[in-house]
Amino acid sequence: MQFLRRILLALFVRPVAKLLIGMHAEGLEHLPNTGPAIIAANHNSHIDTLVLLCLFPTKTLDILRPVAAADHFLANPLSSWFSRNIVGIIPLKRKPVFGEDILAEAKEALDEGQILIVFPEGTRGDPEEMAPFKAGIARLADHCPNAPIIPVYIHGAGRALPKGEMFVPMNVSAYVGEPVFWHENRSLFMDELKSAILTLKAQAPPMHWD
Amino acid sequence: MEDTGYFEVALVGAPNPLSIGIAVVFIALIIGTLAAFILPRIQKGKWSDLGPRMYSWWVIVGIIVAALYLGKMPFIVLFGLISFLALKEYLSLAPTRKEDRPIILLAYSAIVVAYWAIAIDEYPFFLTLVPVYLFLGLALAMAWIGRTEGYLATVGIIYWGVVVCVTNVGYVALLMQVPPMELPLQSPTGLVFFLLVITEVNDVAQYIWGKSFGKNKITPNVSPNKTWEGAIGGFVTTFLIIWFLGPVFTPLKGLPLALLGVLLPIAGFGGDITMSAIKRDLGVKDTSNALPGHGGILDRIDSLTFTAPIYFHFLAYFALEKF
Repeated sequence: MQFLRRILLALFVRPVAKLLIGMHAEGLEHLPNTGPAIIAANHNSHIDTLVLLCLFPTKTLDILRPVAAADHFLANPLSSWFSRNIVGIIPLKRKPVFGEDILAEAKEALDEGQILIVFPEGTRGDPEEMAPFKAGIARLADHCPNAPIIPVYIHGAGRALPKGEMFVPMNVSAYVGEPVFWHENRSLFMDELKSAILTLKAQAPPMHWD
Repeated sequence: MEDTGYFEVALVGAPNPLSIGIAVVFIALIIGTLAAFILPRIQKGKWSDLGPRMYSWWVIVGIIVAALYLGKMPFIVLFGLISFLALKEYLSLAPTRKEDRPIILLAYSAIVVAYWAIAIDEYPFFLTLVPVYLFLGLALAMAWIGRTEGYLATVGIIYWGVVVCVTNVGYVALLMQVPPMELPLQSPTGLVFFLLVITEVNDVAQYIWGKSFGKNKITPNVSPNKTWEGAIGGFVTTFLIIWFLGPVFTPLKGLPLALLGVLLPIAGFGGDITMSAIKRDLGVKDTSNALPGHGGILDRIDSLTFTAPIYFHFLAYFALEKF
């Protein structure tokens, strides 16, 4: 299955993404090639996950795991098969049974040395706007304090494919920054991560869209 | 003559001017590449963008020459793709409103319509369907969506992009439909080749003259690196090339050729500073990063969007019976 995933990404997703959304990327040298690590990006579109997968060399794909909402992506068998096997998601139950650790599978993946893709906003939200961060990213960082958290700002994805609308070809760019590390003060850590992503946003071209 | 026949003609009876022309372009690329290795070592910092610039030139020239050799339809498809990439760059930067996303899809449909008209060789369709009727359709569709705030500005913004990136770039592909018997080389490939070469030589000559002798700024607010010395040096260089090589590649001669020699370099300059004005307005330096050392596709073809229609209409009015 990993083989199919590699083939699809290298021969189909990457060229199509290059054609339709340009896929400009800066700061790729900050991306880790081994885990454990967490990629933390702003989230406005389903394209975001594909953009992040395309940033990595094909061989790193095997250890890349996007953390994604179970209720959305496992909604039907086809979507479930595709999300699990091709995108390689770790499904996240947004409404847990009491006492259950919804991040257990994600933590396990970090322990195994995988690279998680996490959207700290938790949901796609309004196009091209950043919502407040949820606490999940801090809990993952706390669980694996030596894992670097790499901030990524994705520009334009919310304009190309906003929530609940059709896709329109538009250039999308990704800006990767220097890693941030966990420290005990949770709110300070969250602020640090958020400001790292906002600093990257300043590199993106201005967007005239209202 | 069939679609694929052009180069059979071009290759028979050596030495063909087109083959010589292509060889000269590759020699220029080799010289430029050598310069990209040597100049940055002599004058530190002044030529740092030349390396990536030359690398992109090799890719651009390689793709264009390959498409020219493959014949009419592959060339038309290539320019359809270039129009798409250019329009996508433009629409990604230009101000539009959240409600306009379906309108942007409609704007992309201009590429299909225009290149379809070119492919089936229907010149009147090419002249009217996008510049007149899609123009009306865009305005109507936007009125239908119903947001009036910013309506007029957005209609204008989208239409400008469509004409520049689709219709004007489309003229290059339309040249492939010129009947071979009306041309000195018996093939429109030479016609296209000559347009692309003089447009790019004009850009490069202005750049080189400007870098070497530039002092007095010509457009201080729009494009501060451009100088009178660069512009005039470039214009004269391009005029001489058009005057001496025009009769080899095109059916133009005498006064019309001289007029083209004067107007085309000015048009190329015009396309360049127009795109600069747009970029300044939008607050970006380059239209994208698709071509290292050049910027975006639009940064590379800005001059061509002005020179292609002028070149085509000069030929159509003064020399071609078909158009």
